Amino acid sequence: MEAGVALSELGRPTQDASRPVWVQLLLRSLHQRHMQIGLALTLFMIALAVLGPLFAPHSPSAFVAAPFSTPSAQAPLGTDYLGDDVLSRVLNGGASVVALSFAATAFGVLLGVIVGLIAGYSRSFVDDALMGVSDVVLSFPQIVLVLVFVSILGPKLWLIVVVVGLSHSPRVARLTRSVTLELIKREYVESAELLGISRRRIFVQEILPNLVTPLLVETGLRLTWSIGVIAALSFLGFGIQAPHADWGLMINENRSGLTQNVWSVMAPIMCIALFTIGTNLMTEGLSRTVTGIDSTGEAP
Amino acid sequence: MSVSAQDLAQLELASAPVVPRQRRNLWVLRRVLVGLATLVALSIVIFAATQALPGNAAKEILGHNGTPAEVATLTHQLGLDRPVVSQYLSWAGHAVTGNFGSSLANREPVTTLLDPAILKSAILLFLSATISLIVAFALGVLAAARRDRAVDHAINAFSFFFTAVPEFVIALWLVMLFGTTVFKILPAVSLFPPGAGAFSDPQVYVLPVATLVLATVPYLTRLVRGSMIDAMESQYVRMARYKGLSERRILVRHALPNALVPAIQGMAQNLGYLAGGIVVIEYVFGFPGIGTALTQAIGVRDIPVVQASSLILASFYVVVNLIADLLVVFVTPRLRTGG
Repeated sequence: MEAGVALSELGRPTQDASRPVWVQLLLRSLHQRHMQIGLALTLFMIALAVLGPLFAPHSPSAFVAAPFSTPSAQAPLGTDYLGDDVLSRVLNGGASVVALSFAATAFGVLLGVIVGLIAGYSRSFVDDALMGVSDVVLSFPQIVLVLVFVSILGPKLWLIVVVVGLSHSPRVARLTRSVTLELIKREYVESAELLGISRRRIFVQEILPNLVTPLLVETGLRLTWSIGVIAALSFLGFGIQAPHADWGLMINENRSGLTQNVWSVMAPIMCIALFTIGTNLMTEGLSRTVTGIDSTGEAP
Repeated sequence: MSVSAQDLAQLELASAPVVPRQRRNLWVLRRVLVGLATLVALSIVIFAATQALPGNAAKEILGHNGTPAEVATLTHQLGLDRPVVSQYLSWAGHAVTGNFGSSLANREPVTTLLDPAILKSAILLFLSATISLIVAFALGVLAAARRDRAVDHAINAFSFFFTAVPEFVIALWLVMLFGTTVFKILPAVSLFPPGAGAFSDPQVYVLPVATLVLATVPYLTRLVRGSMIDAMESQYVRMARYKGLSERRILVRHALPNALVPAIQGMAQNLGYLAGGIVVIEYVFGFPGIGTALTQAIGVRDIPVVQASSLILASFYVVVNLIADLLVVFVTPRLRTGG
């Protein structure tokens, strides 16, 4: 008898066969107002970041008018500390924020899921060891952990993605571990094990599908935090380096001209704020759809 | 591995009659040991990232301009010519006694450099945490008492907004609003004249504290609101209502204590968050605290200062969580007596 057939007869919770649960959940969340506004906002900001360079009136590093000029026909949002067009730099400065924060989130969630699965499934000292390491990583304030690593190695982009991802992974690992521990106690997983079905197959067919729903909300939270940390790093001067355009970096560069051309700081700030509000609204919508009640919030 | 108060509660409930006090003491001992082990692990990570990485840290610090002689001197000064384990042990041994070596930038002992910064950051943290606690309790209780009404929704929207937006964005909005563009009533930069004490100009604390309060209030408010609502629906509050107690008295005397444990845990989370938050916020305001010391030291690759300030910030989180866990055990009657 085929293993796949056997599994379906072992009392696995019945689901709508046509679509996985998490797809149904996503579709259902689209009726949620938080989700609708958040998704629209997030997609708009991503589009702005990706397609922005096509619409920029000037090169992001071309001198347009005197430094910190107020808005004019030439430069609709005025100029920055070097006399470059603020609008063009804003349109060019989102790609790095979006790319780095998505990459860091993806890496962190992937790492967390792998660690959590191994810890939850190991039933040995490996569990204690992995969770111990997670707790140490969790003890670092995120920004401090990243700063410690860039202090000597320098602000390399891969390093930022890896360390920000690493700082996210413990929470994902804990969540994955607790779901896994819960699942492997269930009869259909025990039966599958007794039937000699490989662990990999049990992961893929039984555990992963049940992980996706709680992970969706967690991933949303992680994404919002990634955007904040990555923008903060650039703002501190340890992220993307000049002369590249980057929202966080722009804030830092133009702070001294706040009183002369407020848009040179306000424009990148609003982009970061709208992006994080968008991703957070999406997460809130998802979480309300999953729980059916108000979400409890998350540690800052 | 961490042991939470919940673990202890489960242990108490699941086990056969035991000597409760002894069991609790064992738990406390174990929790303290876990905290100490975490501190050691933190110091290893910081040391490894700053001094034990492959490649020559001395060369990295001096850049392309360093002559071989300079590199050799710095290598010796940092102790990089010794085995890694012995480097770590001597660094950690000195760190325990509060000796973090000398700053590479100006040759002063690191502690002389950091002490005034730590004091100012501590004041910043204390003010922020205290005000945040008071505001969060007020808002949380108010939201719970007016559940699902306009006030509740307004508080919810406020919480949502300030949770979503990164803290340095809040800081810069406040600067524009009160420091530079709209009103010019508060200092946008936290200047301390040389030699002046930490309280020479209390105004410089206003905007940094306001930022950190806005960033930490939402999480705590939601916790307080949640536990108040749980309490309001409980049997004992219904009983109090039957007895004819006023709603106000029920709220303050019967429901509020229920928010104590979540509030302690929420405060610990918030303080831990603040240890990272002050790094960015101090930078925004040029506030001369430990966060600024860290970012400046990274800028000039002053390793001893980077090590000391990051270790202090990270240890703070561990210690706060340890204290919070112990507090929870001592304020929860069921855990205190084991009954």
